[in-house]
Amino acid sequence: MTATALLPPRSFQEILLRLQSYWAAQGCAILQPYDMEVGAGTFHPATTLRSLGTKPWAAAYVQPSRRPTDGRYGENPNRLQHYYQYQVIIKPSPPNLQELYLGSLKAIGLDPLLHDIRFVEDDWESPTLGAWGLGWEIWCDGMEVSQFTYFQQVGGHDCRPVSGELTYGLERLAMYVLGIDHVMTMPFNDPQSPIALTYGDIFLQTEEEYSRHNFDGADTAQLLRHFEDAEAECQRLLDFPPDDPKSGKRIIMAHPAYDQTIKASHLFNLLDARGVISVTERQAYIGRVRALAKKCADAFRLTEAGKDAEVTS
Amino acid sequence: MPDLLIELFSEEIPARMQAKAREDLKKLVTDGLVEAGLTYASVGVFSTPRRLTLSIDGLSPESRPVREERKGPRADAPPAALEGFLRSTGLTLDQLERREDKKGGVTLFAILEKPGRKAPEIIAEVLETTIRTFPWPKSMRWGSGNLRWVRPLHSILCLLIDEAGAQIVPLSVDGIRATNTTEGHRFLSPNRFAVTSFDDYAVKLKRAHVVLDSAERDAAIWQGAQNLAFAAGWQVVEDKALLSEIAGLVEWPVPLMGRIGEEFLHLPPEVLQTSMKEHQKFFSVKNPRTGRIEGFITVANTETADHGATILKGNQKVLSARLSDARFFWEKDLRVAREGMDEWLDGLKSVTFHNKLGSQHARIERIATLAQQIAHLVDADPALAKEAALIAKADLRSAMVGEFPELQGLMGMYYAKAAGLPEAVANAARDHYSPLGPTDTVPSDPVSVAVALADKIDTLTGFWAIDEKPTGSKDPFALRRAALGVIRLVLGNSIRLALRGLLVSHLKAINNTDYLREAVANAENIRSGRNVALVEMATLLDSIADGPNKVAISTIVNDRRNEVREANDRLSKLRNELSVAEARGLEVPSDLLSFFHDRLKVFLKDQGIRHDLIDACLAMPGNDDLTLLVKRAEALAVFLKTEDGPNLLQGFKRANTILTQAEQKDGVEYSYGADIKFAETPEERDLFLKLDMAEATIAPAVAREDFNEAMWAMSALRAPIDAFFNAVQINTDNSVVRRNRLNLLHRIRAICSGVADLTKIEG
Repeated sequence: MTATALLPPRSFQEILLRLQSYWAAQGCAILQPYDMEVGAGTFHPATTLRSLGTKPWAAAYVQPSRRPTDGRYGENPNRLQHYYQYQVIIKPSPPNLQELYLGSLKAIGLDPLLHDIRFVEDDWESPTLGAWGLGWEIWCDGMEVSQFTYFQQVGGHDCRPVSGELTYGLERLAMYVLGIDHVMTMPFNDPQSPIALTYGDIFLQTEEEYSRHNFDGADTAQLLRHFEDAEAECQRLLDFPPDDPKSGKRIIMAHPAYDQTIKASHLFNLLDARGVISVTERQAYIGRVRALAKKCADAFRLTEAGKDAEVTS
Repeated sequence: MPDLLIELFSEEIPARMQAKAREDLKKLVTDGLVEAGLTYASVGVFSTPRRLTLSIDGLSPESRPVREERKGPRADAPPAALEGFLRSTGLTLDQLERREDKKGGVTLFAILEKPGRKAPEIIAEVLETTIRTFPWPKSMRWGSGNLRWVRPLHSILCLLIDEAGAQIVPLSVDGIRATNTTEGHRFLSPNRFAVTSFDDYAVKLKRAHVVLDSAERDAAIWQGAQNLAFAAGWQVVEDKALLSEIAGLVEWPVPLMGRIGEEFLHLPPEVLQTSMKEHQKFFSVKNPRTGRIEGFITVANTETADHGATILKGNQKVLSARLSDARFFWEKDLRVAREGMDEWLDGLKSVTFHNKLGSQHARIERIATLAQQIAHLVDADPALAKEAALIAKADLRSAMVGEFPELQGLMGMYYAKAAGLPEAVANAARDHYSPLGPTDTVPSDPVSVAVALADKIDTLTGFWAIDEKPTGSKDPFALRRAALGVIRLVLGNSIRLALRGLLVSHLKAINNTDYLREAVANAENIRSGRNVALVEMATLLDSIADGPNKVAISTIVNDRRNEVREANDRLSKLRNELSVAEARGLEVPSDLLSFFHDRLKVFLKDQGIRHDLIDACLAMPGNDDLTLLVKRAEALAVFLKTEDGPNLLQGFKRANTILTQAEQKDGVEYSYGADIKFAETPEERDLFLKLDMAEATIAPAVAREDFNEAMWAMSALRAPIDAFFNAVQINTDNSVVRRNRLNLLHRIRAICSGVADLTKIEG
């Protein structure tokens, strides 16, 4: 551990950078955010698709996440329609994953000998991904700072081996570590920098703009059409025969199809925020996204990255 | 005799599962050991968030050998039977014993010798089975393994301890090998250590900052919390469920007390308490001088160099954020409440209660009408009852109840007060959901009672009307609870009401046909619109010459025709539904009344009144008046406990049996009245007299609902009936005397049946 890790971090980005170097040091591939709108880091194919099949996997990444209904025009101290999640996914889950996780808290300045760190039962389920797992929410002095999940099923497939997934809500965690009361006042870069920027300098205006967009601006008729399009496109891509005549290779378009699932899911979230989905319809939409996610998972399982390794006896 | 120590060490076990897990571990292991032929003296079982521990004292070192003899088929039985027997015993034909049987044949016997087995072998087997079959409510796999446990299982400690010392029981489950070591507190004492006995284990654990026994943790938390509060002159609000949950979250409990920010102290105490408990698992602390909740106690799982200062500060901060939310909700809600809650009441129009029963608003209107009706029966002011019913559910739209659904009703009371409504109305908002369970307090304020009854009767009749009755274990709308609520409200307040009439009239009021009528009207509009469109297109088609346009338009006409057909289908389907619903609305809910009776039987059984006594009273008139029904049943229960009671019952049954048989045989009913002039014996004459006397007492007593008096009068018949049966024979040759006696028996039956249907009573 470097000497800086012993000093308390001073900015949002320092916490992020420390998590990056910590998990890099643990051997994770540090990926970049997925280039699509997602509701949570779990949607990144590095988690959903890669948790399937037997191939070992270890990745960590920050993922901008969008929850249109959580928009509060930047006024709420900790509720945002766009925020960052830090995600770690390791398959198979190592036996010391809890210790590794606690090490990451130390790295960002939360010393378990000074704080009260607790693993409190919280089972995770994503109806849109057809996924669930068991685990905990982790409390630091009574505040939830992370989710810790052992994936049992994704896209309707049993996870064998099981992946361990860690999700940190970065803003909330950073606010706690830095002792900040309103997210918009949190230093984004070092407050001693020549040009010091707060979280609000960067995101207050976009929170306002997107809140208005999500609640009033988005064209619902168009969103509905796009939803149908994404759904149809996902299916169409999966209907291609696996053998590609041009390259002569077997190429199943699991990832491009999954992109359409991600799109459909985000469109559904926007429609939900616009308040045009009734309680009964809601379930039906979730079911439609889940059906797509399952098909993509099925397809991924037939690919090189997602298949089961040959059993060698 | 050796002792056994087992510890299953895992990642954090959910608090709510630990108590059952302890019992399951104890049962599975001890049952397994006993079944395998071991005995033990005593057993203790413990849990912390990270471990399940079992300690067995005085275990036998080995099982005794067992010799079992099993009878097989006859020697000449078909080969299949023989093979089956060999397979089940694991023996070969020449190992079987041949014995001659009484019929001169030969029967095969298997002698199975099970040698005694050493305890470690048995323990290893039993523990492995226990781990593999453990009934966790939810279990999982982890890593690359196949084992299932509640969370990853890390180590197994399994020690057999005798005079020679402690030996590890050789055992391995999915690669986890049993050892003699365990771990202490995750942060305070992270190193593994070895143990040699249960006492050594418990002592070393405590040294390693783990309190093994959850009862000890419970006590330590409660004591520590009380000490902290006492020092500040405060009192901890007791909460047993929370206490045991917290004890399942910590291995080394350290209570810390903090003060709630001044700016939150005006919030209702229930809001403070609920927010602190639900979100943060804090105890509430009351200041007895102000009567307010002013502090909280959080229980940390660790000791720190700063004596918890950082932890407390963090918790305080989280609490402030939570309570800021609560205060925001409270202030926002109060503004709506002070304006008369119209915003919420309007909002309830768009909330569907059930898609076949309309909106919450429609339901509230029904409840208000019914509450007004019931008010007359329970001495409540009908206008107040109506007013209360109209606002009782307004809080469902409030921000606070949106956040904490468990505060529904209670917030309604606060908001009703803020709206300046009368106390009785506010209390009814709070109490109208009560009673919720069999032990919950029953409201007694008349306005509350009227609204609470109306609420439940509306639920029951509503779901009955749309045929959503409970079946088996399925009761998604909690109708059993609603019926029990009605029963407890009626009995608890000695309310006299004829349930049948109320149910029938409310079933009519439910009028679940409005929404269908509206749908039919809509469908009619759509159909006529489409008809117009079709006619337009068809006219156009007729008017143009042949050509590509004509073809295109004829396709459109076809489409239009299909649309009209579709609209027609939908309309007729809706009309059909409407007529079915309308017919259903008028049905007398006889099975709804029996549903009440069934719930009543269950309820009274817990009060020690047998179901057959209820049946005996159900057969009487006024059986939908629950208070009357129970009064009668209670008198009957008392009566049957007297010496005369069961004897009279026997006499009655004897009379009834003889009479019924005679009536069946003769094909007549002996109800002409007996004449004393044909009486032959003094006993017979005496019975005439006593029956006259009883009749003179019983009928008016029943009319007065003085069932004790009626039962007492009935018990006076015991001696004369017994004497009568001893002295005379009913079926004599003299047909006049026989007929007269049968008519006399008929009087016994008729008089007793005026009290209760004694034929329904068992024994």
